[in-house]
Amino acid sequence: MSDTTSVTFRVHRYKQGDEDPHHDRFAVEVGPRTTVLDALTAIRRTQDPTLTLRHSCFHASCGTCGMKVNDHEVLACVTNVRELGTDEVRVEPLDNAPVVSDLVVDMGPFYARFDVAERPLVRESELVPGSHTAAGVPQSMRYEDCIECGICVSACPIAGTDPAYLGPAALAAIDRVRQEPRGVDVGPIMRLADDPHAAWRCHLAFECTEACPSNVDPAGHIMQLRRSLFARGWRRPSAEPQGARR
Amino acid sequence: MTERVAGADRRVERQGRRRGVMGWVDVRGRRLGGWAFILNRLTGLGVLFYLYLHLIVLSQLAVGPSAWDSLLRNWFLNPVFLLLDVVLLAGLVIHGLNGVRLALVGFGIVIDRQKALLLAFGVLGAILIVIGALRFISDAGAK
Repeated sequence: MSDTTSVTFRVHRYKQGDEDPHHDRFAVEVGPRTTVLDALTAIRRTQDPTLTLRHSCFHASCGTCGMKVNDHEVLACVTNVRELGTDEVRVEPLDNAPVVSDLVVDMGPFYARFDVAERPLVRESELVPGSHTAAGVPQSMRYEDCIECGICVSACPIAGTDPAYLGPAALAAIDRVRQEPRGVDVGPIMRLADDPHAAWRCHLAFECTEACPSNVDPAGHIMQLRRSLFARGWRRPSAEPQGARR
Repeated sequence: MTERVAGADRRVERQGRRRGVMGWVDVRGRRLGGWAFILNRLTGLGVLFYLYLHLIVLSQLAVGPSAWDSLLRNWFLNPVFLLLDVVLLAGLVIHGLNGVRLALVGFGIVIDRQKALLLAFGVLGAILIVIGALRFISDAGAK
């Protein structure tokens, strides 16, 4: 006997040039192990090939399938549909990022902030004897643990009102550099963090930490960054909001 | 089936579904810290509103003793105002205790225990509000 049930997915739809976004409903048969990403790809395959979503690894490693499911920011690939406990599942793109199409948002601004933060970069492959970076890549460029999904920025209430806010992921990366500089001069990035639109902008909702699927604890890093800034007696070098540079 | 997103317009998409100020009081999907964030803003605005209201009421003192006594008799002993006193007390307690929590966590003094601190201050705040409310009611009954 088939152990499947029908679940309705209410999916955000928007294409460039559309007057308004809207929601479409799709009925999907789900089993005990069906994830939201499984259901969305099934919709794409069997019901509406124009549904746009981003995904890659299917195991919470690549960070590309971040989206809002029933108002919570999650990775769709590891979100079990039945465990949501609702007959209707509402699926929307992440907040605080430009929507490109349906469930896909433009991650460019998010990545740009990471670059500004000079993310540190410890990747497991660096620790493997004989490992080397790919041709044309001068060094590994990924903050350990953070999968760069953008979920923290979507969950952050401050990112919703301050477009210049550096954001939880980039600030966590700065703090990681502070903790382990590995030869990097931390002065410039600490000055970047000591800005009205950076570490001091956080209002401690801790939504980023709660939502982070990789347990990076961005809010905790921001608080440690503040403690360090306070202890070191860093002063704002100028009135120019450096956090807005990008 | 297709349905429109309530209140949606192209501006929303260009801005990237940025929640804006209304997102501060949007409780959908919020967790414990998010609720504390929302409560802190609402109580902050409430206390600010009360401050101006208080100054306006105090201006009656300049009119004379009879005007002030009349205000007390006709308004402030009214049960509705007693209820508003309890609301004011709740706002002050929540904003004050949460402010202490934010200072302790925000300067990196208590980072790892921030959630426990929130729960502890929540319990303490509830006790203070209940005690204050009972005191208001008993005082009003004695008058």
